This record gives sequence, structure tokens and C-alpha cells, in this order.
Amino acid sequence: MVSLKTELCGIELDNPLIPASGTFGFGYEFAEIYDINCLGSFSFKGTTKDPRFGNPTPRIAECERGMINSVGLQNPGVENVIKNELPKLKACFNKPVMANVSGFSVEEYVYTVKMLDSEPQIGWFEVNVSCPNVHGGGMSFGTSPEAAAEVVREVKKVTSKPVIVKLSPNVTDIVAIAKACEDAGADGISLINTLLGMKIDLKTKKPVIHNKMGGFSGPAIKPVAIRMVYQVYEAVKIPIVGGGGVASAEDVIEMMLAGASAVEIGAQNLVDPYACPKIIEDLPRVMEKYGIKNLKDIIGGAH
Amino acid sequence: MKDLIFTVVDNKKIAKNTFEMVLLGDCTDIKCGQFVNIKLDGFYLRRPISVCDVEGDKLTLIYKVVGKGTEAMAQMGKGTELLVLTGLGNGYDTSKSGNAPLLVGGGAGVPPMYKLCRDLVAQGKQVSVILGFNSKDEVFYEDEFKKLGAKVIVATADGSYGIKGFVTDGFDLVDYTYFYTCGPEPMLKAVYNKSITSGQFSFEERMGCGFGACMGCSCKTKYGNKRICKDGPVLEKEEIIW
Repeated sequence: MVSLKTELCGIELDNPLIPASGTFGFGYEFAEIYDINCLGSFSFKGTTKDPRFGNPTPRIAECERGMINSVGLQNPGVENVIKNELPKLKACFNKPVMANVSGFSVEEYVYTVKMLDSEPQIGWFEVNVSCPNVHGGGMSFGTSPEAAAEVVREVKKVTSKPVIVKLSPNVTDIVAIAKACEDAGADGISLINTLLGMKIDLKTKKPVIHNKMGGFSGPAIKPVAIRMVYQVYEAVKIPIVGGGGVASAEDVIEMMLAGASAVEIGAQNLVDPYACPKIIEDLPRVMEKYGIKNLKDIIGGAH
Repeated sequence: MKDLIFTVVDNKKIAKNTFEMVLLGDCTDIKCGQFVNIKLDGFYLRRPISVCDVEGDKLTLIYKVVGKGTEAMAQMGKGTELLVLTGLGNGYDTSKSGNAPLLVGGGAGVPPMYKLCRDLVAQGKQVSVILGFNSKDEVFYEDEFKKLGAKVIVATADGSYGIKGFVTDGFDLVDYTYFYTCGPEPMLKAVYNKSITSGQFSFEERMGCGFGACMGCSCKTKYGNKRICKDGPVLEKEEIIW
């Protein structure tokens, strides 16, 4: 018998699989087709203080081994999430869930986390620092160690739940930002968010995406994600949620060897809605193939 | 929603750049006005294709070759197995049609009108159909609609077949109690402005997942944000912001 169990910030997970925010809604679309309690957890749709429609369409473009999205954090706003979405989530999922929050100012992050803090089903906060800081000239919080650390410090003041920071890979030195977040009190690091990309239509000779650029995800970005998880694992003591292009049980194991305690599955959920249960079912076979008894034992095994 | 293996039993060209593919599989989840999302080898995202007809275990799709994915589909021979997500989208509501519904399809928007026409005829409705194409070589399914017993008007933009002009030029030739339409957005807008009754519009948008998870294909309506793939593709005239 092999064990898929792992742990994230003191909370035990039945397995390391966590569908990534933005690819899994609030869970109930997927609960129509399988029992989502088979998951380790999931990170719900990025939530902001105010309701957002997001960016103009088209906001999806297919690429080789991946896709670009510029959805732009469409969500009904934190009040509606609490009132309408979390009760539906609770009806189909009985484990701790990860609350993904975004903001365009430090105050917005704090407001949203504070509002969600009293929700008992939330096990962790996943703070997305890839959004532009409207008070910082539009630069993303996640591109500056100081700005990312400030978000962590302020958010930590309003919640006692673990705060995991989801980092943007669109930076020169991911390690410096991860360390700044750890020093500011972060309980975990999640990486990577999407890589900034573009696709040009040869017929129209213009970018496919209305906003021209968007976040590139899918199997093509996996080597970048593995490299960054590996680098950050060497530099921080807090646990890492690794993600980026994961599409198979082998990918999950590779991500854990790089240093991930739990693994996010993103774009793969969109092309195969059964991706997560298939990987969970496949993991014991692949673990046996590589002589792995406990998944927990291989975290950071590549170092 | 189901993710199922279908087998190609026919795949042939029926007009310029236009192919008809017949698949066999479990169609229990599929109704008119919905779409399926097809996994193609070598392509990352699936290809959403509207349902043209469904009967028993036979699914008919008509698609236009517009890029590499549909080019690959056009090359598929009999016996090819495809992974198909079925039962996607809300579909048309036939209960509102009245006695004399009008179906208006343009180009790649013609196929979903076929199953709808068949369902409405089966309900005893007097169905009129206006089909719009750019030119004669693109025209398809005129006879198929006629065989169902519908009154059919074909319009071509260049006048090479049927009446010269757009689908809206056919509106004055029919009496209708309600309408259903699918086609390129400029055509939908023209239908919106020309029509004198209520009706339903089927929309198209670039999709990530096709089942409501990614929010890639959202649009704003008078009743709030909707996902074309899950809350649509069919929207009612009254909710559209134009």
C-alpha cells in the first residue's frame, strides 16, 4: 500500500492535488461530473473586494501545448462569494478549501481576507500578488519584494489562517520575492502563476487576445515551474504549493521532487474535466513504478 | 455533461470549406441548440462545434474549415475515434415558438437550425427558414430543410443564388410568431434590429473549457454576466445589450 497523504501548513491532505484558482470555479461545476471530495483541496476562483467582469473578449487563445487567458479576475465580489458561492461549495465539498484572493491595493487585499476570515471552511488563504498595484504605478505587487512583503504583512494582521502567497513568474529573481514573503510572515509559497504571453493571428495580423497580452499556462510552462519551485525550495523553509503545466501523475511526482508539498492542477482541468480524479487514480501505479511508498517522503527529493 | 468516445462514420465536404461529420456514440445527453467540445490529437484546447442533428446514437456536426484544428478534422476518415464532451450549453427553448417560428441561420450558424427545425416540425409548427451565405458555392442543407416541411428562403450576399442580399432581406417574405437565430455577430445584430417579435440568439465566443469553469467566454447581459458556454450559447432577445 502506498500513501498519497501530504501536509500543508499543518493541515493534512488526503493527496497533494489542488485544482488551481480560475480553473475550477467554486467547485460545483465539477461536482456535477465527479465527487470532488477525492481532491486534496481546491483553490477557489480569485475573489476581489468588488464584483468584476474582467477584460473584454476574446480573452482565450490556444497555443502549442498551452493557452493564453486574459480573463482578468471575473468574480462576483467577496460579499456575493460569501452569500451565494460558499454555500454551494459547502454542499459539494466537505474538506478545507483554499481561498484565492486578489486586490488592486493593499487595503483591498486586507478587506477581502478580513471578510472571508470567519468562513469556517477556508483552510488557507492563497494571496495572488500578480495583480497590478493601482497605487504603485500599475506594477504588479509580485514583481517587487517590498510590495509583495507589504501585502503579506498586512494580510497576516487580519487572519489567523495560514497565508500562502502565489507568486508571479514574470520576475528577474523569484527567490528574492519568495524570501521577502517568508520574512514578512507568509506560511507558504505557491508558484507559478501564468507567464505573460502573446499570440498573433496571421489572418488578421493582430494579437488574438483583446488585451493583446495574457497569462500563458499549460504543459509548455512546466520546466519553468519545476525550475522555480526547485530554486525557491532551496531558499525558504515554509512549504511550497507547486504548479504550472502539471497534467499527469508523473508531473505531480516531478513537482514534489522539486520541492512541492502540494501540487496545483490548472489548465489541464479545462481540457480534461476529469484530469484530477484520473491523476489521483493513476498515482499509486506510478509511485510503485518508481519505488515510492509515501509521497510525503519525496518532497524536495531532487535536492 | 459527459466525456465520451465517438466514432466517425462519415465525413464529407458538402459546400465550400464546409464538412458534414457523422459520429456514433452515446447521445443521450444532447439536445438542440447545444454544442459538443472535441479533443483533437496535437491540439491543446478542444474544438466547440454546434449540434446539427442528433437521432438515436447518431450525432451530425457541420463545421467550417477555418484553422488548423478544423483542417485536421476534415482529414479524418471513417473509424476515427474522438473524445467528445457532450451536453454543453443551454440549448433552444422551443416552448416559446408560437405557431409559426422563423429560423434564421447564417453560414456556420445554419447547422444548429436543423435539429431545431426538426423538433419544431414534430411539434406541429409552421416553420419558416431563412439561410444566408456569401455565395452559391457555400450553400448547404436547403433541400434537407425543405424535406422537413419548412418554407425555405436562401439569400446570398453576391446574389449568385436565391435572393440577393442578407438574411434580413428575407424577413419581409414571411409571417412569424417568434424567431431563433445563429450566425456571425453582425448578422445577429441585423436580425435583432429587423425582427418584430421576441426570439433567441445563439452566440459564439473563444472558449477555454466549454463547461463554465474558466470564465473565458463571458458576456454582459441585462440580467448580469453570463458565460456563453454554460449560461448560453442561447440568449433571449430581451437580455441582450445592443
